[in-house]
Amino acid sequence: MTDLWDGISRAIWMVLSLDANLLEITLRSLQVTLTALVVASAIALPLAAFLSVRRFRLRRSVIALLNALMGLPPVVVGLVVYILLSRSGPLGVLGLLFTPTAMVIAQVIIIVPLIASIAHQSLRDLWAEYHDLLISMNVSQWQKITTLLWDARRALLTAALAGFGRAIGEVGAIMIVGGNIDNATRVLTTAIALETGKGDFALALGLGFVLIALAVLVNLAIHWLGRTEREGRW
Amino acid sequence: MSDMFPLTVTGAETRRRGKILVGPVDLTLAGQGSCVVIGPNGAGKTSLLRLLHGAARLSTGEITWACDVEQAHHDQSFVFQRPVMLRRSVEDNLMYPLRIRKVPKAEARDLAHHWAEKVGLRDMLKRHAPVLSGGEQQKLALARALITQPKLVFLDEPCAALDGRATREIEEILNAVRATGTRLIMTTHNMGQARRLADEVVFMRQGRVHEHASAETFFDAPASEQAQAFLNGDIVE
Amino acid sequence: MKRLMAMMSAIVLATAAQAGDVMKLAVTTSFHNSGLSDVLLPEIQKDLGLEVQLLVVGTGQALKLGQAGDVDAILVHSRKAEDKFLAEGFGTHRREIMYNDFVFIGPDSDPAQISEADSAVAALQKIEAAKAPFVSRGDDSGTHKKELGLWSAADLDAGEFDGWYRAVGAGMGAALNTASGMNAYIISDRASWLNFGNKGDLALLYAGDPVLFNQYAYLPVNPDLHSHVKSDLVADLESWLVSDKAKSLIDTYKINGETLFTFNAK
Repeated sequence: MTDLWDGISRAIWMVLSLDANLLEITLRSLQVTLTALVVASAIALPLAAFLSVRRFRLRRSVIALLNALMGLPPVVVGLVVYILLSRSGPLGVLGLLFTPTAMVIAQVIIIVPLIASIAHQSLRDLWAEYHDLLISMNVSQWQKITTLLWDARRALLTAALAGFGRAIGEVGAIMIVGGNIDNATRVLTTAIALETGKGDFALALGLGFVLIALAVLVNLAIHWLGRTEREGRW
Repeated sequence: MSDMFPLTVTGAETRRRGKILVGPVDLTLAGQGSCVVIGPNGAGKTSLLRLLHGAARLSTGEITWACDVEQAHHDQSFVFQRPVMLRRSVEDNLMYPLRIRKVPKAEARDLAHHWAEKVGLRDMLKRHAPVLSGGEQQKLALARALITQPKLVFLDEPCAALDGRATREIEEILNAVRATGTRLIMTTHNMGQARRLADEVVFMRQGRVHEHASAETFFDAPASEQAQAFLNGDIVE
Repeated sequence: MKRLMAMMSAIVLATAAQAGDVMKLAVTTSFHNSGLSDVLLPEIQKDLGLEVQLLVVGTGQALKLGQAGDVDAILVHSRKAEDKFLAEGFGTHRREIMYNDFVFIGPDSDPAQISEADSAVAALQKIEAAKAPFVSRGDDSGTHKKELGLWSAADLDAGEFDGWYRAVGAGMGAALNTASGMNAYIISDRASWLNFGNKGDLALLYAGDPVLFNQYAYLPVNPDLHSHVKSDLVADLESWLVSDKAKSLIDTYKINGETLFTFNAK
């Protein structure tokens, strides 16, 4: 129990004193995860829309696969990305292992199925609603996709936030592909694992509270920023 | 005035899982006025409209326009019994079909305002379309279907769920549209409405066109027993 | 929504481009846990303008990283494995830098009485005889290899132990946490032990046998196998590590007043 209080006071103290180290790893956490989120959304959302509007033979299988991949174990993703990016691996020449880019790649793989699956559910419903109208208007495939994405943007924001939540708290994969290098690839979650390993529970817990606060803040910020054209809505 | 007509339908059928939804239909429509499709429930009125519009797949037979099919589809629009509202503002709903057709934004907005005025939605331009009342939604759907200046508009029971006042407003708009030479093909259950709006009548029964005549002829002296019975309000299958 | 997109892209694009010399060095957890790297790295940065990025892993993985060319050099402490690494041509040479020692940690009450043992081997035999709970790293690290070597020197086979022997498959810190939770015996490097923050009822019970000395060596990765390896920087770092400055920093590094490492580079 004392560890818990120590953790809380440690967190408060680190935040108040604007600890340079903390600031750095927090910003890196944000940067890696937001980059992964943008890339993953750019892949997952159009994919989800495409799966909603286009009937093709393997469509159901692809959707089932995406649903299944939502539960992809991050450690395995990390391991596979590691092997691919290692100097002795097929993509070794890129020299990406143990860089933030490698962490972004791993996170993208982990959250694309999640975002695509959640997005597909709402886009599918919206498509059922819009189907007759858009077909009647002779709307092109691409226009269907952009219309759905735009009109479902609130639901898609929720999908993206779910992806963010999974990515920001992820440790298994990014520990493996990032290497937890101080000043280079250390982020909040890997720092927590490290401090726990050193038996410094208070510091680990302090970092944990910062991580939670960060996740909450980003969620609030994205919700707030996403509330455009709110005037005259209802 | 239209170069789309005459529209010729020969032996057209739509089947789904082996069951015939509509057809075989043989029908020729010339280029004038409004055509009202009537008939008992399940006669295939909606299916016929969808078939002509190209929204339902033609299983057998042929549908021929006087121009090429692409052009014909470009020049027509469809109003559904239950209006489909895009989850956007009234203004954006009106601009949507224009923006799809690459009409510049400013021009599209001007047209949207013009049509909102025409159907009495001027004050609601910024409202979120899905929260409008049923009558307002149908007026919006109608304006959205008309904004691209189609030569032909299909209307599937456009007033089915509306009260008297909304129905009258819609009919006024339709009469105005008809006066400009736009061809209307609509279904209705409301015989009063059919009499008020029809220039010609297509009477359907059991998936086929049972009778096709000018409104005057049909309402004064229907050719078939069944049409007579239907007009009398008897139960016809 | 547009504002949101703009902000997101701003964050994404703000990837700070890193300039200057950078090399990657795989080190063992025990070295990192000692805190010595926090003293050495800033000095290296200052003297050589070289940013050394540490990959903190077990000896097994460190060697693997060197073999694959994912790091430029390694700093480990497992002689047998190092010799094999060199024999297979993955490294250019081996340079001894310093040593520290392993210590026996266990519950303060010392049920196996190992504090009275006259050698490391005898201590292990006492633990086995008492079937006292013992935590093993079980992760193929240098420390783990050392522990297994000691068991076999004591004529015991760790593979045949039952319930009281727990291989946790984790780093030094995590293993110490486990030992602390179970009140078990464990072999740790002195540095990790001194820096460990969750000691609980654990205490240092036995140390000092010369077989417990733990030699750290620096092995550059073979540039013939991996042309991207930064051999110049690796050589710079090596000369710095064996310099007088490094010697004084290493020899004077203390935790709680205790010296941890002895510089012995030649």
